[in-house]
Amino acid sequence: MQRIISLQNHNGEKVSIASPPIDAVMLHERADSFTKRSVKKQSKMDALYKCIEMIDLTTLEGADTVGKVKQLCSKARFPITTELADELAGLPNYKPIPQVAAVCVYPSMVQTAKDALRGTTIKVASVATAFPAGQIPLKTRLQDVKDAVSAGADEIDMVINRGAFLAGDYQTVFDEIEQVKAACDKAHLKVILETGELSTYDKVRLASEIAMEAGADFIKTSTGKVSPAATIPVTLVMLQAILDFYDRTGKIIGMKPAGGIRNAKQAIHYLVMVNEVMGPRWLTPDLFRFGASSLLNDILKQIYKQVTGRYAYDKSFSLD
Amino acid sequence: MNKTISANNKKNAGETDFVFDYSPALESTDMVKINKQNKLFINGKWTSGKSGKFFDTINPANGEKLAELTEANAEDVDRAVKAARKAFEGSWSKLAPKQRGRYLFRIARIIQERSREIAVLETMDNGKPIKESRDFDIPQVAAHFFYYAGWADKLEYLFNGRNVSPIGVAGQIIPWNFPLLMAAWKIAPALAAGNCVVLKPAETTSLTALLLGEIIEEAGVPPGVVNIITGAGATGAALVNHPDVNKIAFTGSTEVGKIIARSTVNTAKKLTLELGGKSAHIVYEDAALDQAVESVVNGIYFNQGHVCCAGSRLLVEESIADIFVTKLKRRMTSLRVGDPLDKNTDVGAINSAGELKKIKGLIANAIEDGIEYYEPEATTLPQKGYYLKPCFFNNVAASATICRREIFGPVLAIQTFRTPEEAIQKANDTTYGLAAGIWSEKGSKIHKTAQALKAGVIWANTYNKFDPSSPFGGYNESGWGREGGRHGLLPYVEVK
Repeated sequence: MQRIISLQNHNGEKVSIASPPIDAVMLHERADSFTKRSVKKQSKMDALYKCIEMIDLTTLEGADTVGKVKQLCSKARFPITTELADELAGLPNYKPIPQVAAVCVYPSMVQTAKDALRGTTIKVASVATAFPAGQIPLKTRLQDVKDAVSAGADEIDMVINRGAFLAGDYQTVFDEIEQVKAACDKAHLKVILETGELSTYDKVRLASEIAMEAGADFIKTSTGKVSPAATIPVTLVMLQAILDFYDRTGKIIGMKPAGGIRNAKQAIHYLVMVNEVMGPRWLTPDLFRFGASSLLNDILKQIYKQVTGRYAYDKSFSLD
Repeated sequence: MNKTISANNKKNAGETDFVFDYSPALESTDMVKINKQNKLFINGKWTSGKSGKFFDTINPANGEKLAELTEANAEDVDRAVKAARKAFEGSWSKLAPKQRGRYLFRIARIIQERSREIAVLETMDNGKPIKESRDFDIPQVAAHFFYYAGWADKLEYLFNGRNVSPIGVAGQIIPWNFPLLMAAWKIAPALAAGNCVVLKPAETTSLTALLLGEIIEEAGVPPGVVNIITGAGATGAALVNHPDVNKIAFTGSTEVGKIIARSTVNTAKKLTLELGGKSAHIVYEDAALDQAVESVVNGIYFNQGHVCCAGSRLLVEESIADIFVTKLKRRMTSLRVGDPLDKNTDVGAINSAGELKKIKGLIANAIEDGIEYYEPEATTLPQKGYYLKPCFFNNVAASATICRREIFGPVLAIQTFRTPEEAIQKANDTTYGLAAGIWSEKGSKIHKTAQALKAGVIWANTYNKFDPSSPFGGYNESGWGREGGRHGLLPYVEVK
């Protein structure tokens, strides 16, 4: 039965959140169907290029340094060497490699990334709200967001309060997202549900509804720090929530699966899913992103193979 | 519309010129060899028909002729029945049960080994999408042979304290919708129980049955145990009326089933019939709606709707009818109709020109009657071959022809209901009673509904799921007897 929860927004208005049940068996069946599509030849090339445009190139390590982030930004601007680009330029089918959508870093690295990407259209996304656990006081989490925004972050990737969510305190989850949204100012807000900790698809659906109702611009599966991270079925649940929300309100929300998407083949499965569930209008970096680090190089390898007919030497592409 | 992130793409949100149309991905037909003219498989040998007549088998995907098949006449039927009788009296019924099981295991393994070849041939002859012949039909064929192979030496446990013995020669007539799978449903239990068979495949889809003849040869099954004869209605009638056949098993239309029932009256022949259906798919308001849509789509558009248990009547609770129909429409736009050999095809070709004409006629009549019709506008159909867009009629009256008659095509009839009682009453308001589907997140409601439905197979929160261990068959005009599981052996044994 559809679950209906009554909450209040920051203006004291009543907000009713309806969350339908999810049948896991049939969900998986549909999810599997996307992985069985045969995407070859030109359609594969088109898909590979599109995937690059949708990547939030990510580094979220305790060991991140200014040097590391600078290198990642350089990779975001120039995914392949100019030498390789020249080599491929003359070949049929080859188009210049596009830039990724964004670079995703910790708040302390926003300034560095911003400087390194100046003059480009690549966005700087920052995780915030005490990523990945979120288990510190709200005041500090909000300050974390404000700091990232004032350092120049274009996009904020927040984590929801899973503790409150699993305890059934949906009002707190809602309030916090609203407050983070306010703290974002002009920056766009991606709300991470951390689906690996919510455990059921019913809860993923409910969390999606709360996040969208509270002002998310994007909903995102995972931090990448918890297993399982993004999966096709969990992303399908969230996409269907986005579609229903659009039908109900006319608002378009974006989707970002993150974590565990390491190769081109997986990424194409996601693209097939978006194409078939949402329609081609959602196939833009405005509305769909991959949170990934090693995915980019695998896509580059596949493009190299498609263009030259042979597999690239592993070292042809820099690690970052 | 709220603000959205604008990245590299300068277009507004939701505006994209990117078209993700998967390139054709055709399965290769290289490994399939088709004889130009095909013989009959009688007494372990490939023999010519006595009539000297042939008929064409067509690839429905393009309307081109695939091969010629022998038209078996009464004399050929007699030869086949005699061969089966001889094999039955000779060695087969006296063979150690374990040995019979070995032959069946061998057949199952060869089917698995040659599965790709068989799947491609099935798709060429029948028109079903390669993803279905590859992922559903052929694996199920192998599973049926494996399952009944296991029963061959365990028949004494079939009924506690009772012995069973084979009945003799079975005449088996099968339909064109799941050609090889229906052959497996018929042959595997018959052989496991120690009978010999004469199989007549449908005239439009005989090629995989003939390939099964080759496999049976390869497996070393003794001559005459399985005989395969091709032909149309007259051949089938000759088999049904042959005096030395002990049992007739038929799967096909209710119309033909009735003719067979009449012709076996006053004979000692046993008879099982697996006939038509007009199965209800009930969606309650508390269902997981997005997944129920999947189930409804699978229920009616699987195998172009050429499925006896197709969920061809959708009964949806009135409170969610509009939203459900909207979701269904959207889902239908992503169904890819086209070349069955393309791995991305979801809905393939209608099996024959005759079927296409019949289905189109029923659709046209319903449209003329003013019933609300929907088909996905953007879906395109290939120029050549026999194709139809998946479609539905909404707000259909229970008295409408499309709500009562089995269409056997990708055509869904949608009705609404207000209470569980009404859903059950409407679901049972049919001359058939083969299958039903129930969607609800409430277990007690599912059980209560299932108890009240007069249908042989009931699926809860899913549809079209099959397993060799699960019996299949219907109430009323959907047939007599069950196939699959222990129940599937019963028509092939005498219980002592």
